[in-house]
Amino acid sequence: MFEILHGINVDWMRRRRIAYMVSGLSILASIVSLVMHGGPRYGVDFTGGSLVEVRMTPPPEVDQVRSAVDRAGFHGAEIQKLNSPGQFLIRLSLSEQHASPGPAVVRTLQAAHPNAKVELLRVESVGPRVGAELRGAAIKAVFLALGMILIYVAIRYDWRYSMGAVAALFHDVFITLGAISIFNKEVNLTVVAALLTIAGFSINDTIVVFDRIRERRQTLRREPAEKVMNIAINETLSRTIITSFTVVLTVLALFFLGGEVLHDFSFAMLVGVIYGTYSSVYVASALALETQLYLERKKPARKR
Amino acid sequence: MTQSDRNKLFLTLIGVAVALYTLWPTFQFYSMSPASRQEVLQARPAMATNEGDRTRLQDLAKLREKAIKLGLDLQGGMYLLLEVDTSKLPPAEARNAVDQAMQIIRNRIDQFGVAEPSIQKQGQNRILIQLPGLLDQERAKELIGQTALLEFKIVKTDEETRALFDRIDQYFARKMAGAAGKAAPDSLAHPWSSRFLTVAQGGESFALLDNVAAIDSMRQDLVKDSSFSMDAALNWDSHPSEREGRTGRGLYVLGKDPLMQGKEVASAQMRLDLDQERPGAPGVSFTLTGRGGALFADITGANVGRRLAIVLDQRVQSAPNIHERIPRGQGSITGSFTEEEAQNLSIVLRSGALPAPVNIVEERTVGPSLGQDSIQKGLKAGGLGALLVVIFMIVYYRLSGVVAVVALLLNMIGLLACMAAFHATLTLPGIAGVVLTIGMAVDTNVLIFERIREELRHKKTVLSAIETGYARAYRTIIDAHVTTLLSAVALMWFGTGPIRGFAITLSLGLIINLITAVGVSKMIFDAWSLRRRTSTISI
Repeated sequence: MFEILHGINVDWMRRRRIAYMVSGLSILASIVSLVMHGGPRYGVDFTGGSLVEVRMTPPPEVDQVRSAVDRAGFHGAEIQKLNSPGQFLIRLSLSEQHASPGPAVVRTLQAAHPNAKVELLRVESVGPRVGAELRGAAIKAVFLALGMILIYVAIRYDWRYSMGAVAALFHDVFITLGAISIFNKEVNLTVVAALLTIAGFSINDTIVVFDRIRERRQTLRREPAEKVMNIAINETLSRTIITSFTVVLTVLALFFLGGEVLHDFSFAMLVGVIYGTYSSVYVASALALETQLYLERKKPARKR
Repeated sequence: MTQSDRNKLFLTLIGVAVALYTLWPTFQFYSMSPASRQEVLQARPAMATNEGDRTRLQDLAKLREKAIKLGLDLQGGMYLLLEVDTSKLPPAEARNAVDQAMQIIRNRIDQFGVAEPSIQKQGQNRILIQLPGLLDQERAKELIGQTALLEFKIVKTDEETRALFDRIDQYFARKMAGAAGKAAPDSLAHPWSSRFLTVAQGGESFALLDNVAAIDSMRQDLVKDSSFSMDAALNWDSHPSEREGRTGRGLYVLGKDPLMQGKEVASAQMRLDLDQERPGAPGVSFTLTGRGGALFADITGANVGRRLAIVLDQRVQSAPNIHERIPRGQGSITGSFTEEEAQNLSIVLRSGALPAPVNIVEERTVGPSLGQDSIQKGLKAGGLGALLVVIFMIVYYRLSGVVAVVALLLNMIGLLACMAAFHATLTLPGIAGVVLTIGMAVDTNVLIFERIREELRHKKTVLSAIETGYARAYRTIIDAHVTTLLSAVALMWFGTGPIRGFAITLSLGLIINLITAVGVSKMIFDAWSLRRRTSTISI
C-alpha cells in the first residue's frame, strides 16, 4: 500500500487554542477588510450597471483605454486589464446606463484607435430593479441552503454536533467572503454559486469526521471525549487530506486554465476548500468538544 | 458469479448501452466540420422547397434536437430580459398584454431569422429571450424593443398651430407671473414660442437642439395639467434636420386622435425606389387591409391639400402632402432611414405593435469568439483536472484506483446522457459543475477505499473488509450527498440562466454518482474477489 498520513497520532484537541487563534485572526482580517471596503464589492449582477469585455489587437495601454472611455462621456467607468493580452473589462455604473453599452464602448475605442481591431467579447447589463431582485434571491438561496443543511444535520446527529457543524460552515463561508474582499474581487452570481458549493463541501467534510466520532464513541465508551475525537480525526485524516487534495487539483486547473469567467469562481472555491478542510478537523469538532465539556461541567453542579 | 451479480452486470451493461445510444447524436454533431454544424443549426424543415429536401432538413433538425446544446456563454448569443410596462393599461388589457407582446416579439424574431430562439414568459410581466449565435446586437434589440405603434394623423394648419402656441404662451406666462408677480420681457411673455427658431412654417415649428430638452419638459407639463385644454398632439420629427445651417428638430402640431392605426397595415416591404428626390434611399412601402384601404381613401379624399403625418412611436417619420384621394390602400414611409432601419421597420409593421412599451431590464451578451475561447479553456481545465485526479487515484490505489476511474467514466457518460435526454444545455458554470461532480465521485471512492484499508489493517479477510468497508462508508456517503444536493437545490430554486446550469449538472452528477461510485464499483469488487477467492487486494 502506498500511504500518506497513516498511523498518525496528533493530539489535535489539546492544541485547539492554536486553531482558535488561526480562525480568530482570519475572521478578524475578514471583518477589517469588509469594513474598510464598506461591505463586499458587489458585481453588476447585484448593483445594476453594465460590464463590457473587449479585446483589442494590438493591445493598448490601460491608460489609453481609460482616457478614450472617459472622453466619450463614461466618466465613472472602471477599467480592468485582464490576463490575456489586449483584453479589458469596462464597468459602467448605473448612472451611465446606456441602451447599448457594448456597441457604444466598441465604437468609442474604435474611434480612439482607428488602426486597432476591437472585438466585443461580452456584455452584461443589469437594470437597478433586477439587480436588487438578484441580490434578494442570492441571499434567500444562501439562507435556504444553510437552513436545510442545518435541519438535516440536526436530524441525523446530536444537536451539539450540529452547532459545531454550522459554526464551521459560517466560518468557511465568511472567511471566503473576507478573502474575496481582501483580494478586492467582486461578489457576483458565480461567486454565490461557489459559496454555496463551499457550504456543501464544508458540511460534507465535517460530516465525515462527525460520523467517525459517533462511531468511536460507541466502541470506546470509557475514553474521555477529547481522546475519542482525536482518534476519530486521526483516522479520517488521510481521507480528508486526499479528498481535499483532489478537489484542489481540479479547482487549480479551473483557476489557471478556466479563463476569466471561471476565475472568481475557482478563487473562491480554492479558499473555501482549504479552510473547509481545516475547519472540519478543527473548528467543528473543537466546538462540539467545548459544548460537551461545558455541559459536563454544568451537569454535576446541577446534581448537587 | 452469483445470479444476483449476473443480474447487476446485465443491468449495468444495458444502462451503459442506453446512455451511449442517447449520446450518439451529440457525438455525431460535435464531430462534424464547423460548416456542416452550422447547416444543422440553421436547418428549418418548414423552409424546404421539395420533399427530399424536407426529409433531409427534418433529419438535421432532429439531430440538433437530440444533441446536447451549448449555452449562450459557450456558443455566443444574447440573453434579454424584457419587462412589459402595463402600468398605463386598464387591468383587463394588462392581463393579456404580456402574452400578446410575446407573440408579437416571436413573430418579429422569426422574421429576423435566428436559429432556435427561445422566448419564455417569466413571472407576471417579464419575457425572457435567448438568441443563440452570431447576430447584430443593436439591430436585434431595436427590433425586439420597439413598440411600433403606427398612427396616421392630420397636420394642423399654420393658423391652428399659431393659435395653439399663443394659448400655450399665455398659460406659461400666467404660471411664471404667478411665481414672479410682475410684468415681464418678451421671453416671459412668450415663454414657449420664443424657444423656437421658426414657428408654424408649413405645419412645422423648428427648435435648435439646445432647446429641445426644455421644450420637451414644458410639453410634458402641458399634457399632465388637465386645466389646459389640449386639442392637439405635439410630436417631434424622428430625425434632426438643418435650418439656416443650424441643427435642430421639428415639432409638429397634429390632430389629437389618429385617423388610422398600424393594425390596418396588411403587409410592408423595404424598398429603395420610393423617394423620387433621393433615388436609392431606403423606405418602406405598405399595403392596407380592405377596411384600411377604404378608410385611407376617405381620409385622403377629405384632406386634399393638407399634410398627413405618419407617426411611429410618437415620432413623425414623414408628413407628405396629400395631392389627391388615394383609392388603392397603398402608401409609403420615407425619411432618413438606413437600409437596416427600413428593414426593421417593415418587419415591425408586418408583425404589429406591442400592446405596451417594453424595457430591457437585463442583458447578457457573449460574442462568438469568447464563446469559443471559453469552450476551449473550460474543456482544457476540466480535462487536465480530471487527468490529474485519474493519475493520482491509480498511483495511490493501484488496481482499485482503476475501478474508481471506471466508475468515474460511467458517471460522466451517465451525466452527459441525462443532459441529452432532458434537453439540458451545457454552460460554462455547467462544466464547473461537472468538475465538482468529479471531485465528489472521487471522494466517494476515497471514503470507501480508506475504510477498506482500515478494515484490512485490522486483519480482516479481503472479502469481509470489502463488505464492511462499503457498509460503513455508505452512511457517510449518503449524508455527504444529501447535504451537497440541498445546496444545489437551493441554487436551482433561485438561480438564473447559467447558475441553474451549474446546479443541474451538479445534482444530476451526484445522483448518478450514488449508482456508479457505490453500486458499480461494488459490483466490480464483488466479482473480482469472489471469482478468484483472493486473499490479497490491490488497494
